[in-house]
Amino acid sequence: MSILSGVRRHDGRLGDSITRPDGTAKVQGSFMFSGDLEAEHCLWGATLRSPHPHARIISIDLSAAWKISGVEAIITAEDVPGQLTYGLISQDQPVFASEVVRYVGEPIAAVAADHPETCRRALQAIVVVYEVLEPLTDPERALDGSHPPIHPDGNLIRHQRIVSGDITATGDVVVEGTYVIGMQDQAFLGLEAALAMPGPGGAGVDLYVATQWLHEDQKQIAACLGLAPEQVRLTLGGVGGAFGAREDISLQVHTCLLALRTGRPVRIQYSREESFLGHVHRHPATIWMRHHATADGHIVKIEARMVFDGGAYASTSSAVLINGVTHTQGPYKCANALVDGYAVRTNNLPCGAMRGFGVVQACFAHEGQMDRLAAACGLDPVEIRLRNAMETGDKLITGQPILNVAPVARCIRETAALPLPDEPVGGHDHDPMRLPGGAGRTADRRHIRRGIGFAVSIKNLMYSEGFDDYATARCRLADGVATLKFATAEVGQGFITIAGQIARSVLGVDDVLLDPIDTDVGSAGSTSASRQTWMSGGAVNAVCMKVRGLMFDSLAAIYGVDASTLSIEGRDIVDATGVFRITVVDATAGLSFDETVEFRHAPTEDLDENGQGNCHTAFAFVAHRAVVDVDPELGLVKVIQVATAQDVGRALNPLSVIGQIEGGIAQGLGLAVMEEIIMSNGRVRNPSFTDYLLPTFLDMPDVVISLIEEPDPIAPLGAKGVGEPPTVSSTPAIVAAIRDAIGKHIDRVPVRPIDIIG
Amino acid sequence: MSDPTVPDPTVPEPTGSVGFDELYQLNVNGETRDVRDAWVGESLLYVLRERLGLMGSKGACEQGECGSCSVMVDGELVCSCLVMAASAIDQPIVTIEGVAPIGSPSDVQQAFVDAGAVQCGFCTPGLIMATHALLERSAEPSEFEIREELSGNVCRCTGYGRIIEAVQRVSVSRRADAESGIAS
Repeated sequence: MSILSGVRRHDGRLGDSITRPDGTAKVQGSFMFSGDLEAEHCLWGATLRSPHPHARIISIDLSAAWKISGVEAIITAEDVPGQLTYGLISQDQPVFASEVVRYVGEPIAAVAADHPETCRRALQAIVVVYEVLEPLTDPERALDGSHPPIHPDGNLIRHQRIVSGDITATGDVVVEGTYVIGMQDQAFLGLEAALAMPGPGGAGVDLYVATQWLHEDQKQIAACLGLAPEQVRLTLGGVGGAFGAREDISLQVHTCLLALRTGRPVRIQYSREESFLGHVHRHPATIWMRHHATADGHIVKIEARMVFDGGAYASTSSAVLINGVTHTQGPYKCANALVDGYAVRTNNLPCGAMRGFGVVQACFAHEGQMDRLAAACGLDPVEIRLRNAMETGDKLITGQPILNVAPVARCIRETAALPLPDEPVGGHDHDPMRLPGGAGRTADRRHIRRGIGFAVSIKNLMYSEGFDDYATARCRLADGVATLKFATAEVGQGFITIAGQIARSVLGVDDVLLDPIDTDVGSAGSTSASRQTWMSGGAVNAVCMKVRGLMFDSLAAIYGVDASTLSIEGRDIVDATGVFRITVVDATAGLSFDETVEFRHAPTEDLDENGQGNCHTAFAFVAHRAVVDVDPELGLVKVIQVATAQDVGRALNPLSVIGQIEGGIAQGLGLAVMEEIIMSNGRVRNPSFTDYLLPTFLDMPDVVISLIEEPDPIAPLGAKGVGEPPTVSSTPAIVAAIRDAIGKHIDRVPVRPIDIIG
Repeated sequence: MSDPTVPDPTVPEPTGSVGFDELYQLNVNGETRDVRDAWVGESLLYVLRERLGLMGSKGACEQGECGSCSVMVDGELVCSCLVMAASAIDQPIVTIEGVAPIGSPSDVQQAFVDAGAVQCGFCTPGLIMATHALLERSAEPSEFEIREELSGNVCRCTGYGRIIEAVQRVSVSRRADAESGIAS
């Protein structure tokens, strides 16, 4: 088995667009993803799932399954030795359902066998008798008490109110709308996969898994296994994308249980259908907003009510809700507000983290409102956003001041100034393939209408509400070679690239080795919330600075120079006079420095009952402009171009930043016009890539990018997280462009043909 | 509330273990490889990965929608998840492992690295196969042709912009190489 380990890295300091250290292995097919990991005498595992959204389990009969040759283990809730439930914030989700199932796809049993086909037959032979119950699928019914609680502690996961300023204030202009956001899937390509190996002599278990947060997994798995955390050792298996869907436990506990039960290595890999059922999704939400403004378009007050459907288990719903309500105003000045947000349980699929994390939903609503407000005030959509643009020092409706660089107006102006596409309406060359609908459903060129839409967003970075958010990094420097160790999940975003850049810049070395990413070092926190450049980057920077200080001290002792005058210049260490100069390689010959640092951001606070408090850490901003062609007769949309100016603080690796921006916009486009998990009475109707449509090469437009680089003094490297903002406001920009093309309000995403025609 | 669910009578009785008794040969990357003790229902993707240890081809959708499992069979780009392995007997198969030796990437592979076309990398082997096939058919594809020809390969990370850039770089550099070859 081969896990990403100490491979020689390329040259490259901070600010360079160097390529990925794992790039060659990935293009050659030799990079080992978690689903590629094998072991001697390995068994396959598989999971039996509920076919019902809500049912009581009357009995489970395993006898027929046990008779199948090749079956080595079958486990149910009775076989869970430790805590029977898990969860990121509250532990309400059963490892296996035992009395009640609450969503289609809830795990009931797992098997280990010699072949995936044997597993499939064994699952089919397990007889579960259910008493089917009426599912609760309407989030409003979860709130109004008309359906019995589906969980012992009720259907309400969290309610949060925000009361800001004078809630009796009114404006000359009042606009309101109700906005609906569908359930989006992260749809990473690398399906959930893990390999668990029983430790030698029964000493715990080793798990190789694609995840976003090794140490959180370790904590939850160990509790369910009844083991101490150190008995559950995790190594990051190669991760084929994440986007939030790997923050929760999926197959981790099941795989470990089967390995411990059989005493053999066990692999589980989900199918695509199972993946749709087996991880959390973006919350569907319904958001009502009413904006009051002066006649010249300045926001006076915002009222809002948000309902997030958390599905059957809590996951991170309470934090998603807080992100939603605290971003109600968007990147605009607003003194007065009254907001009520609810996250509820239903028998729909559990929802949790996905890129944008609650802010996507809020942004779709506030940007729809800004366009309504612009129309009501007779203003251009760009002008109304400029008039209200937030600046450093402004306060959120939570009372929290924005301390970060806040180039909102600059993002808006630079986006508006980016060139419009030269493609004529209906596309170049009179090629019907370029029309909305492409080859499948050719639109009539004469009917095509073009529209332009604008949207702007604010996104919090890092964790909130008093969470002890930290990242750990270790650096060893010996003989001119730096070796970094961290547990930061590399999910494709490129942290391993910039980690090397940081070490080279701080230490003046060329050679940076990366140790395996595992739990043999302290937690790095999750690869989520656009936080790893700031947090793990901050940790790598801090530990390299510490090692550099030790190196300077040793030089001072050896050569009698003043350590405080030393600095790194390229590959050399020089003093202030320039007289003393030595290469880092020579300076560290025969020496070794080894340090570990925990990096924390400034503490945050809980919100009080009026939603007041400095609950967030930092913020980033972005503007998007979309150009679309629409066939209003067939309801078809082709996105022609997306332009964006994004507040990135400082681009540590511009090529990586561009990759995040283009990829994030693709997912925003997906939510705007294509992607929705369609639920019908608690059942998923489209759990496949045939029926859940992802943007392809033909759906993605040209993306025009302007990076706004105003280094943030609060950020350890001046760099803001860049992963989420592209996804947040690209969606409403595209929908605004569709509205502009057809002259009609559309207040739900994804926009379907019927929404355009109807 | 309804009555307890009755077990589905259409589910067949378990019939014992999967029949692992097939023996056949596949021609993969220029080598004849024995496939032993196989179940006849296995896809080419499964056999390549699990029986021949060629893990470079990836499975992400099992229905030919994403292209991650793309390989060449008898000169045609196919989704190996949709091909039964036993039906590929006697046909030359080229996988990502057959494109270039480890450590000596092809021009397409190197361009993907250099252009930033790789993030998580799960779609990448399939896209490398599809790009090589595209540039064999059409040495200087337009941007729209690239989009059209590669639209059977889904990437969830990149938004495709850097991939298009990589394909265009290869096309340009091959042309430059060809012209300098003619000149010399």
